[in-house]
Amino acid sequence: MVKILAIETSCDETAAAVVEDGRKILSNVVASQVDLHKRFGGVVPEIASRSHQEVINPVIKEALETTGLEYSALDALAVTLGPGLPGALIVGVATAKAIAYAIKKPLIGVNHLEGHLFANYLQHPQVKTPLIALIVSGGHTLLAYVKDWGEYEVLGQTLDDAAGEAFDKIAKFLGMGYPGGAVLSKMAETGDPRAIDFPRAMMGSGDFNFSLSGLKTAVINYITKNKESITDDDLPDICASFEAAIVDVQVSKSIKAAKSRNVGTLILAGGVAANNRLRSELEKASKSSNIKFFYPSISLCTDNAAMIASAAYFHYLRKDFLTLAVESQPNMGL
Amino acid sequence: MPKSLELMTVSVSETQELAEKIGGSLKEGDIILLTGDLGAGKTSFTIGLAKGLGIKELVSSPTYTIVNEYCGRHPVYHLDLYRLETLEEMEVIGYEEYYYGKGITVVEWGDKISASLPDDYLGVSFKRTVDNENSRHLIFKGSSAKFDGQIQSISNMAKEIGLLIIKDA
Repeated sequence: MVKILAIETSCDETAAAVVEDGRKILSNVVASQVDLHKRFGGVVPEIASRSHQEVINPVIKEALETTGLEYSALDALAVTLGPGLPGALIVGVATAKAIAYAIKKPLIGVNHLEGHLFANYLQHPQVKTPLIALIVSGGHTLLAYVKDWGEYEVLGQTLDDAAGEAFDKIAKFLGMGYPGGAVLSKMAETGDPRAIDFPRAMMGSGDFNFSLSGLKTAVINYITKNKESITDDDLPDICASFEAAIVDVQVSKSIKAAKSRNVGTLILAGGVAANNRLRSELEKASKSSNIKFFYPSISLCTDNAAMIASAAYFHYLRKDFLTLAVESQPNMGL
Repeated sequence: MPKSLELMTVSVSETQELAEKIGGSLKEGDIILLTGDLGAGKTSFTIGLAKGLGIKELVSSPTYTIVNEYCGRHPVYHLDLYRLETLEEMEVIGYEEYYYGKGITVVEWGDKISASLPDDYLGVSFKRTVDNENSRHLIFKGSSAKFDGQIQSISNMAKEIGLLIIKDA
């Protein structure tokens, strides 16, 4: 039985987890959850959490203590190498190197985006490669062909803004605070997604890339132009139409990608995978194209270390270990 | 008074064409601060700059990562202060290493934290126009008269492309 302790500090969350054989979560600690804030002293603000130093040791301690294991029972240490914020990544990488050195266990580097894919592997034993993966989060929007676990080909990605970013920015423009993407989606639930015909950028581009900057501008232009006539009652329609424009393109390209590679499985991953409309539309479209569709539960969609430990299991089997000279890779591609 | 230049582009591709030319003329240590509302064209402008700087990688918005680093003819740092609020947060990301390092630094929402403003920079602000949703006014202004020469050459580039110059003083 292979037990891996993984550390994830690529963005706002400080996380550590222990996973056995890539699938059995023995512990999964994320230091942005409310109860942990209390335990670790106050709410972790947006950027202070970037100085992960303050919470990383208690988070790792908690992740190990929950399992009742000693460091000596671990088979390897894993850490997110990138992509992410340089100053945030470096904390996780330095800590993982120090622990690996101290306990004399191999060190494994995981790509954060690869980690997101494994949220599905953790939860759905029936997911089989080859498959198409749509990864949507605050910082990423990309479609990948997963030939096998560990073998990836990026088919397309956003040429400007990521989906989560577009949600949060429009939410802020509409006065819903920041980050307000989830508030916007909630508001969209009661709106008519066909009320306003916002552009579906790159829909017919013939490739698998996305562009969301134009849609963001179109929504802002619409609101600015109709400033006098728009009331609060129009907000659900605006939100729903905006959300539908994003979702339509992602659904259409995901299904096209699956067909172009002749695969029967599609998985959704990343923070925006928590979006209801995206889930339900992908589900519908997959069904009618005879494609099996999977997505993780919300707690595994957002950044966590269990997915990193799960991905690391395959690196472990391949003996894909790092030397202690490794450095974080903020611009790492999948 | 440092020189300022105001011009108009009528499309994203015009903005990027000008940015690409400007990118080709940048030197090590240059800092460009971009300001303007959401959707005003800051990231689009940076994509053009990057092309002119010889960056082959895909350049996308750094709002979430706060800093994207690229390697073209020089190291290029693309910062976005949208999510930051205080000088302390700027220090956490190590902004001085970018501003006073060897690369070229492009900063979106660059004026957001005034205490972090670098000594020397070229400012570019983006404004939407009322009549056409695709056109933008771009205003170039340096932190001091040191930049007058650079602004003059940007004015010449704009004329070469055939952009409408609104003010050049």
